Amino acid sequence: MRSNRSKIRNLTQLSMCVSVALLLAYVEVLIPPIYSAIPGIKMGLPNVAIIFVLYRFGVREAAAVSLVRLAVVAMLFGNPMTFIYSLAGAILSLCGMALLRRANLFSTVGVSIAGGVLHNFGQILVAMVLLSTAEIGYYMIVLAVTGTVSGVLVGLCGAFAVVRVPLKP
Amino acid sequence: MNCDKRKLRNDILLVAILLAVVSAAGLAFFFLRGEGNTVEVTVDGQPFGTYSLGRDARVPIVTERGSNTLVIRDGRAFVEEASCPDGICAAHRPIKRNGESIVCLPNRVVVTVRSTHSTQSDAPDVIS
Repeated sequence: MRSNRSKIRNLTQLSMCVSVALLLAYVEVLIPPIYSAIPGIKMGLPNVAIIFVLYRFGVREAAAVSLVRLAVVAMLFGNPMTFIYSLAGAILSLCGMALLRRANLFSTVGVSIAGGVLHNFGQILVAMVLLSTAEIGYYMIVLAVTGTVSGVLVGLCGAFAVVRVPLKP
Repeated sequence: MNCDKRKLRNDILLVAILLAVVSAAGLAFFFLRGEGNTVEVTVDGQPFGTYSLGRDARVPIVTERGSNTLVIRDGRAFVEEASCPDGICAAHRPIKRNGESIVCLPNRVVVTVRSTHSTQSDAPDVIS
């Protein structure tokens, strides 16, 4: 009985985290200057939710939340193509963040910077394969800078959420 | 508290290393490449056409995925108009350096500046 209840509680809370991640993706679109300045960049606000789950629940839970979020986004707004891009980014990003989290050398800011930059890196890799060209690799230079900046912001939000949000796993 | 300070220091170190690597790559990219003299267009990895940067031109790139209009003016190439929803390629600044490219992901169009007299030939220089 006890374990059943905690399972249900876990499921509910993680589902809430998925909805928060989806909402953050929507909020992100509402911040126009970030979008128009440099083509192809995103702030990665949903990563706040992923970092929250990674720190408060664990790697497996974070992977689940991330995957469900991507699937929902792909079904609602995207197509198989955008799904492949985001999936590659998310997998690399999550692996990197999980490793850094385990290494316990960095704060949420460092972890989220790695997550942001790796997310961009994964997408560039997919673009290289799909377009069979290495040329767009140079764009990684731009994306690494924007990824670092947004990683700092997302990491600060994430730290705030990890400390303040009253969810108990 | 001590632990937090160490993490903060590591965070800053991470940012510093990232920015150093990026600026080194950026500088290398900028200085090691001269200006190109031709523009090569590929669609879905297949060659579409090659055009001289020296002559002003307007090239419609029409495929089953959509259309992009490549414009060459004053030795620089840019995408003037595109059918893709995001328009990222059309927002890209004009390119002229060897190896620079404009990419349209939805239409799978890649526009790359090449230099025909650069070291891209397959035969190595032989000094005997």
